Amino acid sequence: MARYLFIRIASAIPTLWLLVTLAFFLVRFAPGGPFDFERALPPAIEANLQAKYHLDEPLLQQYVRYLGDVLQGDFGPSFQYRDYTVSELIYAGLPVSMTLGGLAMLIALIGGVAAGSYAALRRNRWPDHAVMTASMTGISVPNFVMAPLLVLVFAIYFDWLPAGGWHDGALPYLVLPVIVLALPQVAYIARLTRSSVTEVLHSDFIRTARAKGLSPREVLLRHALKPALLPVVSYLGPAAAAVLTGSVVVEEIFGIPGIGRFFVHGALNRDYTLVLGVVIFYGALVILFNLLVDLAYAALDPRVRYR
Amino acid sequence: MTRCGMRRLLATACVLSTLFVTAFAAVSAQGQAEESADVLRRGNYLEPESLDPHRARGAEAANILRDLYEGLTREGPDGKILPGTAESWEISEDGRVYTFHLRDDARWSNGDPVTAKDFVAGIRRSLSPETGSPYAQTLAIIENARAILANDAKPGTLGVIARDERELEIRLESPAPYLLRLLSHHSTYPIHLPSLEKHGEKFTRAGNLVSNGAYRLDEWIVNGHIKLVRNEHYWDADDVRIETVYYYPIGDEEAEFNRFRAGGLDITQTIPVRRYEWLKREMPEALRIAPYLSTYYYGFNLRKPPFKDAPKLRRALSMVIDRDIIANKVLGRGELPAWTLTPPGIENYQSPLPDYASWPMEKRIETAQRLYREAGYSNDKPLEVELRFNTGDTHEHVAIAIASMWKKHLGVDTNLVHEEWRVFLQNRRQREITEVFRAGWVGDYDDPQTFLQLLHSESGVNDYGYANPEYDALLEKASNTADPEKRMEIYRRAEAMMLADQPILPIYIYVSKHLVSPRVGGWEDNILDHHASRDLYIKD
Repeated sequence: MARYLFIRIASAIPTLWLLVTLAFFLVRFAPGGPFDFERALPPAIEANLQAKYHLDEPLLQQYVRYLGDVLQGDFGPSFQYRDYTVSELIYAGLPVSMTLGGLAMLIALIGGVAAGSYAALRRNRWPDHAVMTASMTGISVPNFVMAPLLVLVFAIYFDWLPAGGWHDGALPYLVLPVIVLALPQVAYIARLTRSSVTEVLHSDFIRTARAKGLSPREVLLRHALKPALLPVVSYLGPAAAAVLTGSVVVEEIFGIPGIGRFFVHGALNRDYTLVLGVVIFYGALVILFNLLVDLAYAALDPRVRYR
Repeated sequence: MTRCGMRRLLATACVLSTLFVTAFAAVSAQGQAEESADVLRRGNYLEPESLDPHRARGAEAANILRDLYEGLTREGPDGKILPGTAESWEISEDGRVYTFHLRDDARWSNGDPVTAKDFVAGIRRSLSPETGSPYAQTLAIIENARAILANDAKPGTLGVIARDERELEIRLESPAPYLLRLLSHHSTYPIHLPSLEKHGEKFTRAGNLVSNGAYRLDEWIVNGHIKLVRNEHYWDADDVRIETVYYYPIGDEEAEFNRFRAGGLDITQTIPVRRYEWLKREMPEALRIAPYLSTYYYGFNLRKPPFKDAPKLRRALSMVIDRDIIANKVLGRGELPAWTLTPPGIENYQSPLPDYASWPMEKRIETAQRLYREAGYSNDKPLEVELRFNTGDTHEHVAIAIASMWKKHLGVDTNLVHEEWRVFLQNRRQREITEVFRAGWVGDYDDPQTFLQLLHSESGVNDYGYANPEYDALLEKASNTADPEKRMEIYRRAEAMMLADQPILPIYIYVSKHLVSPRVGGWEDNILDHHASRDLYIKD
């Protein structure tokens, strides 16, 4: 087990290194620099800023310096938010983004599986069509359209919820962004669940279960759901990635102080250190997440042994 | 396999919910900004880059700093200059020495007295190349500032001198009547040295920041909100009526508008362009549109063909643009047609309109066609030109309209190119590939100098490659003229000379656009679009 853990962590290092390197050079190849403003800086000041952030050094030297700093846990100062370091910004945005993303994933899983199974049980009848139509809408309407739409209905016409803001994640401020973020995933998972439940319901062992006199509800919960959920499980990885990218848009629209916003503004403003910091952080998060799932998986299933 | 999948799902759910619960525990649910009698909620476009008055850049930071700090002077609700921390001042005969008298009761938010030394330290800090202040150049009118900026002189030699605790002298290289306006700008704010020394770069954090304005910093959630509360040590605290001010960075204008409609904001930074007609109909009491000290124009790259040495061609292209159509039909939110680089509203200055500004459109088209032919172009040999602008709906609409006017009246083939902002900026500055390009400028203060210096041959933002020694000499002469009337007259001559050379093509004057809730009182439109919270109040 310890050996497996060691190998997994060790193999994460080259992955991260590749990610850092790619991101470092890609962000540098974008034209325009962090101190190119409409109002030009006096030469002495620009030289000072360049020197302060080591931008006057050869690119390769900057790369080596950056890697060294990152290894010591120093992501450097933000070029754009000049009063903060990148680590401070990520640390501040982390709980916000995690709350948003975590809630959206939970809702996607629960809502999607429930709606999908229900549709499968009522296949080709109106509840099925209703769920499928709703989920098709959920998949095809992009979040930047869905968000203003929900705001219009729930914040402006009914005045039930605020139209944006965060305020330490108070419940009313959470509802709309979480729903917008979860909706496409709920829809996708519902469709996945419906088709696989339908398929499983046609298999022999289900007929046997029915023949034994089990109610449709019991057949679903005891026998059909488990095998039917396999595709859903394999979709969780892409879903997490989709929630991550979705949060970039949702945070911007609802004015939520999460990490996604830093990514967008950092890229637009050529805030090299901030963009790199977020990329490394996201990369590490995905790697860590996969590792945790695999470990928990081993802990739960006695047949799985990692060596 | 079945068991396996279920387990994997469960495992995932466990991991997810653990992460979620931990995160949720970290953010406690409390504190909301509801509509209330002493709370003001302002949309502020983007997160300010800094709250360090000497390093900050952009209107977002300036809005907040205006509430936090106070300069020697300050702006009233109508934008007029009023005494700030200085209660009075004298100006020497030659307009080059200003003596300020600070108020006895000026206090920092921690109770310390505000002294002349604090202002000296602040202005020196702005001009030190180490600080990296984006506005240092505008302060270069102060004695020795230029040398200090170039690292040729020590900060101690700066012409800002504390005569005693309450008396401050500012010596200028040349008379600059706009100094009083500059002294209300954040680059000249004082600095509380003990807190700067104690906290270093972190002195702007909530809890650390000591400021001398009507408000103090209470909370700063980056990209979330900035919360200010009334500073009870402020000398005029009794007149500050709003207790708490929230600034929200909302970059998306539609999102900002929705938050205003839902009652989550009292003042917006802008309005969604497409909603203008609707707003005029449905929310006339909230809509605030006013001329803004800012011009939208196109620049010509004079360093390369087709515009190098082609004044007739440049003039022809300018003449055929129907600016009324651009201002009223393409934009139509109160924008004004522009014929000059300087916008209207600068005190005591009359922009020199070119002769063709008053001509009827037919005459302009005829003349332009003649000039176009004289420049060597015709229907058989039309001008092919590239028009470059930064990506954005408004810029695109204007560019399409102008390209079609050029096509219709002159037969010019225009190739529209749009680029992301920083890419565009770099290309513009390099002056190598651009031909005609979009530009705009917001005046830092209401003086022609802030606009006309753009085209000085040595200006760092002369993206046009315009170099006219006579123009440079006139600017120089104006800045050495103490008599305000004469000074303005020289600027007028300079601008007329520059416009005759047509290195730029003025298009329209911007407007400031806000939604201001009817419950907010004290708001006055002004061309600088500065609105300090201390001048506002919530109606009963």
